[in-house]
Amino acid sequence: MDALQNLGVWGPILIAVILCALPIIFILLYALVTLYLEMKVAAHMQDRLAYMRTGWHGTLQPFADILKLLQKEDTISSEADRKLFILAPYVVFIGTYAGFAAIPFSSMYIGSNIDLGAFFIVAVSSLVVIGILMGGWASNNKWSIFGAMRSAAQMVSYEIPTALAILIAVMITGSLNLQEVTKFQEGGIQNWVVFGGTLPLTQKLLLLPFTLVTFLILFTASLAEVNRTPFDLPEAESELVQGFNTEYSGMRFAMFYLAEYANMFLVSAVAVSLFLGGWSSPLGSVMFGPIWGLFWFIAKGMILVFLQIWIRWTLPRLRVDQLMYTSWKVLTPFLFVCIFGVGLILVL
Amino acid sequence: MSAVRVYFHNIWLAVSTVAIGMNITFKHLFVPAVTLQYPDVKLKLPERARNRLYVNIDDCIGCDQCAMACPVDCIVIETIKSTPDQDLGTTSTGHKKRLHIPRFDIDIAKCCYCGLCVPPCPTECIVMTDVFEFSEFDRQNLIYNFSIMTPGDIAVAKEKLKKAEEEAAAKKAAAAAAAAAKASAAAQPVPPAGTPAPSPKPEASSVDPNAQAGTSTANPGEPPEKS
Amino acid sequence: MIETKTLPTRYVTQPGEIKTSSGKTLRTDEMIINMGPQHPSTHGVLRLEIVVDGEIVVDIIPHIGYLHRCFEKHAENMANYQQVIPYVDRMDYVAAMNMEHGYAVAVERLLKIEVPERVEYIRVIMAELQRIASHLIAVGTFGIDAGAFTPFLYAFRDRELILDLFEMTCGARLLYNYIWVGGLSHDLPPQFVDKCKEFCTYFKPRIKQFNDLLTFNEIFVKRTANVGVLPKDVALNYACSGPMLRGSGINWDLRRDDPYSVYNRFEWEPQLGKGEMGTVGDTWDRHIVRMREMEESVKIIEQAVAAIPTGNVQAAIPKRIRPEASEIYARTETPRGELGYYIISDGSGSPFRVKARSPAFVNLSVLPAIARGGMLADLVLVAGSVDIVLGEVDR
Repeated sequence: MDALQNLGVWGPILIAVILCALPIIFILLYALVTLYLEMKVAAHMQDRLAYMRTGWHGTLQPFADILKLLQKEDTISSEADRKLFILAPYVVFIGTYAGFAAIPFSSMYIGSNIDLGAFFIVAVSSLVVIGILMGGWASNNKWSIFGAMRSAAQMVSYEIPTALAILIAVMITGSLNLQEVTKFQEGGIQNWVVFGGTLPLTQKLLLLPFTLVTFLILFTASLAEVNRTPFDLPEAESELVQGFNTEYSGMRFAMFYLAEYANMFLVSAVAVSLFLGGWSSPLGSVMFGPIWGLFWFIAKGMILVFLQIWIRWTLPRLRVDQLMYTSWKVLTPFLFVCIFGVGLILVL
Repeated sequence: MSAVRVYFHNIWLAVSTVAIGMNITFKHLFVPAVTLQYPDVKLKLPERARNRLYVNIDDCIGCDQCAMACPVDCIVIETIKSTPDQDLGTTSTGHKKRLHIPRFDIDIAKCCYCGLCVPPCPTECIVMTDVFEFSEFDRQNLIYNFSIMTPGDIAVAKEKLKKAEEEAAAKKAAAAAAAAAKASAAAQPVPPAGTPAPSPKPEASSVDPNAQAGTSTANPGEPPEKS
Repeated sequence: MIETKTLPTRYVTQPGEIKTSSGKTLRTDEMIINMGPQHPSTHGVLRLEIVVDGEIVVDIIPHIGYLHRCFEKHAENMANYQQVIPYVDRMDYVAAMNMEHGYAVAVERLLKIEVPERVEYIRVIMAELQRIASHLIAVGTFGIDAGAFTPFLYAFRDRELILDLFEMTCGARLLYNYIWVGGLSHDLPPQFVDKCKEFCTYFKPRIKQFNDLLTFNEIFVKRTANVGVLPKDVALNYACSGPMLRGSGINWDLRRDDPYSVYNRFEWEPQLGKGEMGTVGDTWDRHIVRMREMEESVKIIEQAVAAIPTGNVQAAIPKRIRPEASEIYARTETPRGELGYYIISDGSGSPFRVKARSPAFVNLSVLPAIARGGMLADLVLVAGSVDIVLGEVDR
């Protein structure tokens, strides 16, 4: 560290570059694992085997997929808007990747320890909407426009329940900084916000129904943020071929795909940090420490990702108006009630 | 039910049915997969499986029943009558063979695997096997030639038939002339001379007209000597 | 009178007008979208030209004929009536036994011959097994249209067992050439009866599992209830048949109302749609009619398997099929509806004309009438609930 300080003005820049590179490396590794996991879990739920021939039980398949996508021809239709078409996947990825800056992976590592962590994440993930709209419009394809319009409406309306649920966790823990929120939940599973946080027992028992419902609603809203079934109308395979993705092939498509998986982990990470104790160990002081913290955080995140995969392969998809109904008329009113309840209990 | 009750009932239904569905898929995670890892593991087909055709040409008597039964005309058979001095043997079912078979082609690409050719065969020489892995790179290789006669054999058989027919025609002509001489003496109407001997499979017209129309036998000359 | 809007050959906009608050008027146009011949969810090569206004469907124009294979012309060129059966298989390739059954019934009526009892019982067993297999495809692909990928695989797993039964009997899995005019091509193998009973016991809880996973799932119900409602009078005017008709509440099943074979000896009931989750005649009703018909088919199979008489299945197969110069129309109930064969014979060994009245073709014609005014997402489900097989529509 001293050597870096001696580099003068280059020191902080180098540190910043390293801190930026770590989440990208994590995202790439995680995407490979999740690609494989999704296929295998889907297959075994359907009583079949998935990849078995590339590597042992198909473990090298994600590499093969990426190699294939790299080699594909980069086609841009002549009627498409070239600048927007090329820019769209990057905008979507940036929207997701920027959110990783405020996620506490462990007690020793957080990209940027800002006091507005959760607020920043919600704000920056709206860039994804812009990217999808760009992609759909620039493709010059009626099906893509359909998908993009649906997606924009969906993501914008599900940001409300997400923000309200985050608000409830913030009310209990008192800080928007995700690192502080996680530190608040240290000490074991009973201190997790989803079970009421570190409050006296009577208050916790009263808070319990509200926090459980809030966590469920946050999880559901985050499914909608990521465009996964049952909210995957923008890429409804059986209706719109591939939605806003239709005209994309090769590495651009890979970028969209990578952004979707990164987004899956991002929303899981936010839910884990706010409600499930982040990097703190559920066993209190056993298995506690910075490296253990990383392990716990990734484990909890992967459990939520597995839950998302499980739901995807079980449920049919909702129609656009039903989606809107769910967000505005079911999730938001329930959250208002929860905010009122939690506020009352905290004050009393 | 009032609107509020309906609202809450719907939410309860949504959550409960989703939970039931997720329970089912979770249980299926632990059911062993039903996939067979072909080609490492191959399924044994039942004995009546209808896949690639096979003809045991030693048992074929050239009756053309299978070719007539085929709905897509994928079997082409040409025969040459044998003369009485040739002994072609008997089939394993006891039928006496009386016809040479210079051409027995099955275009397996046209075959629709209906199995209609199997029951009419009197000697059960055409069967459907359980072989289903017979892809070829060249479509011409999908025309199976089951005949085992070489061009030399075919030429010899045709020669023999021609000679036998000429002798029979000459004999008939001589007999007809003698009968005509006798009959003109008795002023009887004579049967027309030189009635051609009726042969069940005259070699000239045994080429199935349908075969020319639709088969993929685009080869102008001899069919390839592959079987 | 049902009005159908005809679209002129040139696209003419029908603009609506919106007045903005600043006094300007904005024009809105309808969009023509092509759900082309290649599409993940049109169940085959069907082209749907859809005129949409935003998300609302204004008109649908189906274009068919991409799978026309001149079945009727081929049938006229066959040397005898038995050779037509492989072609009949290939019309509706997912319900081949039922197609063969219909044809055999028609030609046997033309020839005025009776088949042995054993043949009738086995034909009923095969037809009902095939009905289950076909309905499994219908409900599985319907789930995929709605976005649920897993029930499709469960349905196909069960269908594999039925195809194994067929392969054991006649050697083929999809296109059987099994039901011949006057009999069958093979008798049942000795292990068929046990395996069939095993299948029936295995399958009944699977229907319940499928229902739990898909049919009664609230999201699925909300997607399919009150969608694509087919009123009774429209269904009758368009000559719909099969689950389309019964889903609208009309109690008509050819196996009971125009009996053929030995269906009247078994205890079973045609299933009707009752509007349990929405209106009578919506897509959910058609779906539940198909699920319940599978249960009824299992009942029929169990009763038939328990009572098969002995006999020779090839005793009544005529050596030469040469009917007198006459014509006949005979109809049977396939999984898709009423299948009719209109056969004209001119006294020779090969048919003069074989016309197939395919149920999917007639059912498809009702699609514009029921999907207009709905949303694009609903159109996919409505098209899936009609359960078309393009091989039959185009012949």
